[in-house]
Amino acid sequence: MELDKIEEKDLQMGLANQQVFAETLEALAAEDSSIIAVTSDSRGSGKLVPFGQKFPSQMVEVGIAEQNLVGVAAGLASAGKKTFAISPACFLTARALEQIKNDVAYSDNPVKLVGISAGVSYGALGTTHHSLHDFAVLRAINNIIILAPADNYETEMAVRLAASLDQPVYMRFGKKNMPFLQEENNQNFEIGKGRTVHQGDDMTIIATGETVYPAWQAARALREDHDRQVKVISMHSIKPLDTRILDELALAGKPIITVEEHMVNGGMGEACASYLFQKGAKNPFCIMGIPDEYTITGSQLEIFAHYGLSKEGIMAKAKSMLK
Amino acid sequence: MTDKELKLKSVLLRKNLLKYIYQAKAGHTGGSLSCVDILNVLYNRVLHIDPKDSKNPDRDRYIQSKGHCVEALFVTLADRGFFPETDLATLCQYQSHYIGHPTKKVNGVEQNTGALGHGLPIGVGEAIAAKLDQKNHRVFTLIGDGELPEGSNWEAFLAAAHYKLDNLYAILDYNKQQITGDNHEVMNIDSVRVKMEAFGWAVVEVDGHKLSELEQALNNGPLEPGKPNFIIAHTTKGKGVSYMEGNIKWHHGVPSSEQYELALSELSAAEVLI
Repeated sequence: MELDKIEEKDLQMGLANQQVFAETLEALAAEDSSIIAVTSDSRGSGKLVPFGQKFPSQMVEVGIAEQNLVGVAAGLASAGKKTFAISPACFLTARALEQIKNDVAYSDNPVKLVGISAGVSYGALGTTHHSLHDFAVLRAINNIIILAPADNYETEMAVRLAASLDQPVYMRFGKKNMPFLQEENNQNFEIGKGRTVHQGDDMTIIATGETVYPAWQAARALREDHDRQVKVISMHSIKPLDTRILDELALAGKPIITVEEHMVNGGMGEACASYLFQKGAKNPFCIMGIPDEYTITGSQLEIFAHYGLSKEGIMAKAKSMLK
Repeated sequence: MTDKELKLKSVLLRKNLLKYIYQAKAGHTGGSLSCVDILNVLYNRVLHIDPKDSKNPDRDRYIQSKGHCVEALFVTLADRGFFPETDLATLCQYQSHYIGHPTKKVNGVEQNTGALGHGLPIGVGEAIAAKLDQKNHRVFTLIGDGELPEGSNWEAFLAAAHYKLDNLYAILDYNKQQITGDNHEVMNIDSVRVKMEAFGWAVVEVDGHKLSELEQALNNGPLEPGKPNFIIAHTTKGKGVSYMEGNIKWHHGVPSSEQYELALSELSAAEVLI
């Protein structure tokens, strides 16, 4: 498969978002000794080996012990440290969920929780290593911001913004290189505000994280091959959700597709649906994500393709809704 | 405060926590009576804290991992001047901050606890932060014997020894009972001293109702430089009220008016003998 080949010559390929996370954290740590990275034998996959070499006193290793990772991070944050707790998203948001709920969110200890290799990044390693539940479980917890940046720009901005906030934040990153999605002069990143990465007014695709790119590909192909104009929004901020943009979409009444690397239950799509339809929206609406079944095995992109979270799959769904 | 006054304080705190449990018709009576002497010593002899400056970054920290015994904590904090004791008339009432577990909405409470096995990992983080900042304050956490099987405790035991946190004190309220019955029947934690020494902690055992022993153990640390401190406080569930002592039904039993009066009269009789 060549699904990850950049077809569009006008897109610049970037790094993996979690690489950008690590480099941004390094830059922040160089200027601020209160930045602390807490890891659970996860510095390698978190691309934090250079961080540990440059700032050994700003890294706390707890070993493979995610509950302790989050508890210790809560203590550090309570003591005034700008604390980033980094672990694979699958373990961080399941094994340590009670610590996230109580020690971080309920206790209002402003830990930045960083889920690495999120979604199905670990592909063929299987369900144990997939995080298709993290949006759902964290959406049901008060006092935590949930961010899923799409590209390197959003990643850097999310990390810098999170470091400056005195609030709990969860961010998830993948390990595949991502192109910069900035053709529309959209260099603005705010928590609670979606970022339009492709303009159009026939319908809208709201995507998040690493599915924004295939949504963008689908929109580009629909424009070039079918003369259909599809807006693509990177809903990097899942909580708080961008309700202003949803209000606008409700007013326009055009079809909406949501796309996410998450189970369809309880994710970004259901968050949008919940807001829209309680407001009386009449838009045709479809949630694309991983269905509620034993997840197929394969690489991340094979899994995306299998469930239609690819350029082709999203195009097909969009065409069916545009008829 | 003299030693005699400190002993009288323990009786007063017992009376107070029973009063508010009786009024609220809710509370963890047996465990609060078990740990209240530890709290008395901590707040009146050990912790460097100021109720008027309760967020001072150099203060000692106390995190109550066995959050359900909040009544002992609340009456101690009130007595120490963190809030008016009369506030406790709202214990467990609609919209009161004085709920059945510690919450930071109450002045003097360091962390929101209640789910078991959470206090120590947070304490490890606080203790690491103090070491990083080269501060001299200490971090104390009170762990119930019933919560010792929580795996997160053992993750934190490893980390505390790994980071040589001799500024960290874990106090085990070892009353040997939990809600279902005796520890050794529910989940055996025997040889806890050996276990903790094997985990790299410095361990001392005290009578958890002898204030002088508690003070000696908590105020003369670290027990061994470079090792976290584990204080096994041998206690009695329901301590101070004869019909509650060692009787598991008082884990969260609430006394009737007759039982409440009997408890107060027993405590008053003990008070006279101090």
